[in-house]
Amino acid sequence: MIQADLNVVLPEVILAVYAMIALLAAVYTTKDKAAPIVLWVTAGVFVLLAGVIGFGGSGETTAFGGAFVDDAFSRFAKVAILLSAAAILILSQDFMTRHGLFRFEYPLLVALSVVGMMMMVSAGDLMALYMGLELQSLSLYVVAALRRDSVKSTEAGLKYFVLGALSSGMLLYGCSLVYGYAGTTLFSGITAAAEGGIGLGLLFGLVFVVAGMAFKVSAAPFHMWTPDVYEGSPTPITAFFATAPKVAAMGLFARVVHDAFGGAVSDWSQIVAFLSVVSMFLGAVAAIGQRDIKRLMAYSSIAHMGFALMGLAAGTAEGVQAMLVYMSIYVVMNVGTFAFILSMEKDGQPVTDIDALQNYSKHQPGRALAMLVLMFSLAGIPPMVGFFGKYYVLQAAVDAGLAWLAVAGVIASVIGAYYYLRIVYYMYFGEDREALDSAMPPVGWALLMGSAAIMVLGVINLFGIEAPALAAAQALVN
Amino acid sequence: MLNSLLSIITFIPLLGAVILALFLRGDDEAAQRNAKWLALIATTATFLVSIFLYTGFDPANTGFQFVEEREWILGFQYKMGVDGISILFVLLTTFLMPLVIASCWDVKHRVKDYMIAFLLLETLMIGVFCALDLILFYVFFEAGLIPMFLIIGIWGGANRIYASFKFFLYTLLGSVLMLIAMIAMYVDAGTTDIPTLLTHNFASESFELLGIQIVGGMQTLMWLAFFASFAVKMPMWPVHTWLPDAHVQAPTAGSVVLAAILLKMGGYGFLRFSLPMFPVGSEVLGTFVLWISAIAIVYTSLVALAQSDMKKLIAYSSVAHMGYVTMGIFAVNQQGIDGAIFQMISHGFISGALFLCVGVIYDRMHTREIDAYGGLVNKMPAYALIFMLFTMANVGLPGTSGFIGEFLVLMGVFQVNTWVAMIATTGVILSAAYALWLYRRVVMGDLIKESLKSISDMTTRERAIFAPLVVMTLLLGVYPSLVTDIIGPSVGALITNYDTAVLDSGIATAVAEN
Repeated sequence: MIQADLNVVLPEVILAVYAMIALLAAVYTTKDKAAPIVLWVTAGVFVLLAGVIGFGGSGETTAFGGAFVDDAFSRFAKVAILLSAAAILILSQDFMTRHGLFRFEYPLLVALSVVGMMMMVSAGDLMALYMGLELQSLSLYVVAALRRDSVKSTEAGLKYFVLGALSSGMLLYGCSLVYGYAGTTLFSGITAAAEGGIGLGLLFGLVFVVAGMAFKVSAAPFHMWTPDVYEGSPTPITAFFATAPKVAAMGLFARVVHDAFGGAVSDWSQIVAFLSVVSMFLGAVAAIGQRDIKRLMAYSSIAHMGFALMGLAAGTAEGVQAMLVYMSIYVVMNVGTFAFILSMEKDGQPVTDIDALQNYSKHQPGRALAMLVLMFSLAGIPPMVGFFGKYYVLQAAVDAGLAWLAVAGVIASVIGAYYYLRIVYYMYFGEDREALDSAMPPVGWALLMGSAAIMVLGVINLFGIEAPALAAAQALVN
Repeated sequence: MLNSLLSIITFIPLLGAVILALFLRGDDEAAQRNAKWLALIATTATFLVSIFLYTGFDPANTGFQFVEEREWILGFQYKMGVDGISILFVLLTTFLMPLVIASCWDVKHRVKDYMIAFLLLETLMIGVFCALDLILFYVFFEAGLIPMFLIIGIWGGANRIYASFKFFLYTLLGSVLMLIAMIAMYVDAGTTDIPTLLTHNFASESFELLGIQIVGGMQTLMWLAFFASFAVKMPMWPVHTWLPDAHVQAPTAGSVVLAAILLKMGGYGFLRFSLPMFPVGSEVLGTFVLWISAIAIVYTSLVALAQSDMKKLIAYSSVAHMGYVTMGIFAVNQQGIDGAIFQMISHGFISGALFLCVGVIYDRMHTREIDAYGGLVNKMPAYALIFMLFTMANVGLPGTSGFIGEFLVLMGVFQVNTWVAMIATTGVILSAAYALWLYRRVVMGDLIKESLKSISDMTTRERAIFAPLVVMTLLLGVYPSLVTDIIGPSVGALITNYDTAVLDSGIATAVAEN
């Protein structure tokens, strides 16, 4: 019995055990000198596991009495999480080394948070959900404060921790209400209890759970921590925050609302639609005044989460498919953009003011072009792939009768286009300024160019992502 | 080869752009020259190939020809094809682009990027006119904003940043509403295939939304969404304000493309989507369009009279001429629509030539202020002749193509709404006023300004650029059936379908009762 269970959770077990062994090995041997090796091995393990999960798994199996679910949906999310985490890891090596931040704990903390994320998207029970969420969050709190001697970084870590704890509290309170009224923590049990109309108690629980999760995806009005944490954390950590945890939190969100409250779509759909519209507008409007590119990306991610939530608000399999496609595209765009932001340095010191990009295209035409592609893609202008992500969620929303949400979304995206255009404007139309450092590590260059190429070439067939996303969505919504 | 002729035409410029981007290194004199030659070769090759389109086209067939179809993502198709309405726009584009490239021979700043931007733009413009799938159309339509944004922003005038942002955001806002309507169409009809959608009947039952009675129901709403996009693109009064800014700040070649081709996308959109797909919506709001077109013609003509910047004057004159186009389209009869298409084609040549005329003297004097010129005829006789021809064509002098378009439109509109036709006719007088006055102030008189004493007449290259435009303007002016024979049958079919659909829905009586 236990063996069958363990088989299902094998990837998570492998990753957790790997993290422990690597931690012990590094502590008792060379410590920080081993950091590069640990980092590359960890990234390698991520990619390997992504391959195993992506190509190996099939069907739907559960473990531990339904607390852990392995289905197409969780596999899709896990592959996205693992690959983006691996990309960010190898991206950060150069920056971490040069700024004396490179400790062997960093890749291992990332590995542990990834274990938590994999747990989140596979959760079939409120307990499993909470365990995964906390494992992820605790690791993230620590990496946010990785630069111990910087006030901003410690502030970011502390802020993240306090607000994160608050959201966990709300989530837990919601879970306890749900448990109280459903009599079980299993998602399948909650569905059964909600059959024939969701009661007031369950509804309250649902609202609190959704609020807690909205915190994790940084959807407005629970977004306040995002800009400060993005700005304060070391840039590679910001890049990590913007990618894998967002996918995991979005996956968890979809998992809870569809698996546990699949019978009450009309009840949560309006809450999610509200979160979506507020996030899109807040992300679009608040970013206009930003000059710091990391804060700008924070607001951009809030707006993008609003779009992803629009897919979820549709409450259909198409909506989940749209959300998954959107998140995959979003992650690729962000990896590329952050690869670029990491290369923004002057005299070896990171620069985050977008004013420093003035006339960048004259000094670095190739990189400027890649960034131009990414910016138009983030703004959702065809033929970049970012447009198709937006199209998917808009269609899902219109299909589900949420035309007003779609209209609001496109208007917000026009407002948001302004600040992406502004970056292009600085790079291409700006005045002559002292150039930024021209150095860029090959890994960063490759990721920047790669993601830009994906954004352009994806117009041909989106690299076939539709079919797996559809399978994943159908596994979740039935 | 003929099976994928449209794809070949569409993607030759893209291929040229990719070759330029990947294989041309350096920014010295030789590299710049190579870039220009490569761009010229690519655009000329596109034009030459597109001649096969003209020779192989059967005007009697009102369906789509040269159709190609491939699977694409999300159930969309890569489907291309042309009919009598769209083929001439394709030819207009391929015809003008080599001239546009030749006109920017003297550009020195980032020549390679400039050429790439124009080549990309050409691919996207041709794509717009060939696309037979809603989303494919939208992709081409929207993507054109990117190169144009860069052309205005990088190579534009002093206030280029404001103009480029205004251009981009204005047109984007119009288009995204159209996107929502497209999605709604897809949800309703289950396909994005344009030929299928042309025969699909969208619901037209009136309903109430937020307490407002919507006559024509869904069709009216979708019509309005499409209208938002095309009216901005055209541009129609009162959403035209981006155009003068964009024109003034854009470099000469950018202005030419903008006026000659990009504006026509709006008119093409009305003919391809608004009329045939939402006949009831068009019927409900057609009169409204007629009236704002009439206002636009008079108002923008008066505004043009007051301009002191040549490019701005021609830009306002473009808005006025586009007023005839929308008017002709929504008259929905053979003369009106024939005239509208004719006007668009002829305006493509005339306005392109006029912007080139401004470019010629701008290159010499670096100012567009009318007051800075005067008496150019003394030093530039050839220029004076060419400028006069296009001024007359712009006014609509018989014998030039400008006359045919305006006359047909006014004739069409007169049958539908006499008052509107009457008001619009005063626009003809006003256009003569501002165009001739501009000509007098710039070209006629004595050459007294010291700065103009050393100005030189047009070079051979410049004359060569104008020659094809002169030929086309005069040829279409005396032999209009070159155009009307091709568009006639398709327009006829469009009107027949429209009338049947409007009759079936009984909306005409409903509107009359209101």
